Amino acid sequence: MGQRAFLCGNEAVAEGVRLSAPHVIAAYPITPQTVVVERLAEMVEDGSVKAEFMHVESEHSALSASMGASAVGARTFSSTSSQGLVYMAECLHYASGGRFPIVMMNANRSLALPWSIYGDHRDSMSLLDCGWIQVYTEDAQESLDMVLQAYAIAEHPEVLTPVMINLDGFVLTHTYELVDIPDWEQAREFLPPYETVNKLDFDAPKNMAFSSNPGNNLEFKLRQHRGMLRAKELIAETDGRFQSIFGRSYGGLTEAYRCDDAELIVVSVGSVTGTCRTVADELRNEGWKVGVLKIRFMRPFPEEEIIAALRNVKAVAVLDKDISFGYEGTVFTNVNSALSKAGAEILKLNFIGGLGGRDISKDHIREMYRRLQDGLDGIAQENVQYLGLGVAIDERG
Amino acid sequence: MNRPALRKYVNPQYLSDLPEGPCYDAGHLVTVNAGWRTRKPVLDSEACTGCYICYMNCPEGVIFKSDGKVDIDYDFCKGCGICGNGCPKDAIVMIREGEA
Repeated sequence: MGQRAFLCGNEAVAEGVRLSAPHVIAAYPITPQTVVVERLAEMVEDGSVKAEFMHVESEHSALSASMGASAVGARTFSSTSSQGLVYMAECLHYASGGRFPIVMMNANRSLALPWSIYGDHRDSMSLLDCGWIQVYTEDAQESLDMVLQAYAIAEHPEVLTPVMINLDGFVLTHTYELVDIPDWEQAREFLPPYETVNKLDFDAPKNMAFSSNPGNNLEFKLRQHRGMLRAKELIAETDGRFQSIFGRSYGGLTEAYRCDDAELIVVSVGSVTGTCRTVADELRNEGWKVGVLKIRFMRPFPEEEIIAALRNVKAVAVLDKDISFGYEGTVFTNVNSALSKAGAEILKLNFIGGLGGRDISKDHIREMYRRLQDGLDGIAQENVQYLGLGVAIDERG
Repeated sequence: MNRPALRKYVNPQYLSDLPEGPCYDAGHLVTVNAGWRTRKPVLDSEACTGCYICYMNCPEGVIFKSDGKVDIDYDFCKGCGICGNGCPKDAIVMIREGEA
């Protein structure tokens, strides 16, 4: 048996990293991720993590160093947030294209300008196409457990794709809860050492991270894409194996709550899902047929799961803590694409909220369900609506 | 010495014929690479003592010994002239391509 401790999300991730026995940690501190870097530095200092802690001068360097370490076959961890993540953008593509199975935590935080240190999903959602597996956790326990699961998925020889574990800034990184810390031996049973032939090796020299010409670039990118698609099958499989050892399970790419006979569904990502469930329970008690569909993985995207959960409902509200300027929320674009391909005729509305750390309250979530019902009742609805907008939209705005 | 040999390039037929990621055995040479050369080193084997300083100096690793005699792999020589410049016996001279 492991032990129980009162941990914040950042500390839970640090414990997950310790249990994953990494060889190299390269990270640069940034609010609200700093605590994970501090804890890992302490663990390396006191010997509880036998890793090389690389002090780098930027996030770009942090991920570059992580790639270098991964290229000798080392298990590698990094973490960042917001401006740091977008500063890494070049290296994110490099790492996924190079098939380096790095695991990185991202504390979801707003992007400048206007400057803000508070949470939303614009950082990671704007990098959906960088070839990383993206998982969004809901609490500290899931964050710890997903570090172990992330390495198992990333390092699978048919996947070889880096994983970004996203925690809502402050809401999840800085709030404390009771967390089960798994036993070291159990962690070893679940996560064997990383083995790869894709590494710098004097006995079997490799040409690594090479160029391609137009005649074979597509084929390399297709293999990369298929590696990510392979992860789709492995995610649920890995979670099942995790459950058999640790007794905890998170399901697969999505998690449905009271969706079976639901007519109105809110689709959510990340820690706000807890509030959505509470509101769904309240509305159920009031006689509404409502449910919540949480998307855990944005990449690979759970197209089949979303279609299965939503194709027979009447209306769907997609809650986005991001905005793709000039269009709509990115989660909505993805969900809408899946449902459209299935030919499902459902009222679909997009709600953008929580930007720059604004709270999403129970009232806001009630409002989403109410707007869906209004739409079904024939009251015209804007396709994209804004939760908790403090002002009225006027012509000159 | 373990010089990589030129191999015939085989077009992949299936996706699985490609490596998993841009990573493959080093020294997998499928094309010659000498087209940059405007001048080429020519060795005077009478003057050459086989000291092998040229081998140490060659940035391309194209100098080798065959039957105890120094030779140059013109398939990969870029014609930089460093070998001739460093030869203590002036046994390597650079000749314009096409003249010899």
